[in-house]
Amino acid sequence: MWKRDEAVRPASGPPAAPQPTTQTAASPAPRQDAGQAKPMEHTVNIGKSVVIKGELNGSEDLTIEGQVEGTIQLRDHVLTIGANGKIKAQVFAKAVIIQGEVVGNVTASERVEIKDNGSVDGDIVSPRVAIAEGAHFRGSVDMQRKGAPGAQKPAAASAPAVAAPAVQKVGA
Amino acid sequence: MGLLDRLSARRDTDAPVAPVVLDTGVPQFPTKALRKLLSSLTSREAPVLLDLGPVIGSNLSFFGEQLGCKIFYEDIYAELDRYVKAGTLDELPGYLGRRFTQADASVDGILCWDLLEYLDKASAQVLADQLTRILRPEGSLLAFFSTIQPRDLTYTKFIIADESNLKYRTYPAARGRQAVLANRDIIRLFAGLRVSDSFLMKNNVREILFRKPSYEVR
Repeated sequence: MWKRDEAVRPASGPPAAPQPTTQTAASPAPRQDAGQAKPMEHTVNIGKSVVIKGELNGSEDLTIEGQVEGTIQLRDHVLTIGANGKIKAQVFAKAVIIQGEVVGNVTASERVEIKDNGSVDGDIVSPRVAIAEGAHFRGSVDMQRKGAPGAQKPAAASAPAVAAPAVQKVGA
Repeated sequence: MGLLDRLSARRDTDAPVAPVVLDTGVPQFPTKALRKLLSSLTSREAPVLLDLGPVIGSNLSFFGEQLGCKIFYEDIYAELDRYVKAGTLDELPGYLGRRFTQADASVDGILCWDLLEYLDKASAQVLADQLTRILRPEGSLLAFFSTIQPRDLTYTKFIIADESNLKYRTYPAARGRQAVLANRDIIRLFAGLRVSDSFLMKNNVREILFRKPSYEVR
């Protein structure tokens, strides 16, 4: 059984908050002291001025404040689209948190959250989807349960051709 | 029992006259058709829904939990506003005829809410034809119709509290309701569907659940 609060809570804080991280050169986020007691969390930031066209793959959590066009794949990690982020891409990740703009289909094996200023034009496939009041969304949301006969096949003409996710319950 | 009889047969005797006003100031009214819609969809595996209203996160979660479904969002209220503000309402029927890209008979359930009351006759007919086209045989369509015509320029967000209650949250609209539709007009609009259930609620809302027969209605 899902515990909603626990699952949603990590996204409520500032996603681009500076952690002891691997940073790209474009990210202006300050580093913290290495001696802090917090465990290391690997989050990469893509700063406001960065524009990427093509395929973006990774095995770390990623925060995007810049622009990306193409494909983003973080299969086992969390992708956060910051308030300044503008994405025109197909997105695949474990969890996707959207505060900026996304044009394209979003597939997450765990959850998708569109925050109150977030915007998505595209289809979402995820077992858990949370859309805040004030968020913009246009498209379809596929929360089909794993194993459902229709889960693997597009049900309508505009359905995205992506695999169905794994978990059953959806939180607020 | 004829179609008109079905429309007028059931009166909601349990509903209170005044809405329950929650702490948030949002009035809450009972609903009977929503439960019927859900029960018609739970027997289907991985149903596909179409919601013609604005995206409401809690409704999305509700349907996800209850049905594990796929939901298409097509906020026609927003499109109507756009056409009213641009002064191009005469182009709306053509737009509605092109808007729905879903394949024929591909949707299990449609949440039409009270949209039809805000449309003029031509747009309402095009919309009804499109919805009939994309609804699967034995699929259900939920629509609300008022028995009075409020003059205020507001739309209503129907927020699902539970399967027996809806919160009515209003927000500004570019135009008001156009007319109170008589039962015979409603039946004519959805000539390809049959009325499965109809509830006249004490808040002056007729909740009608249409069902697409597996045979063609003539």
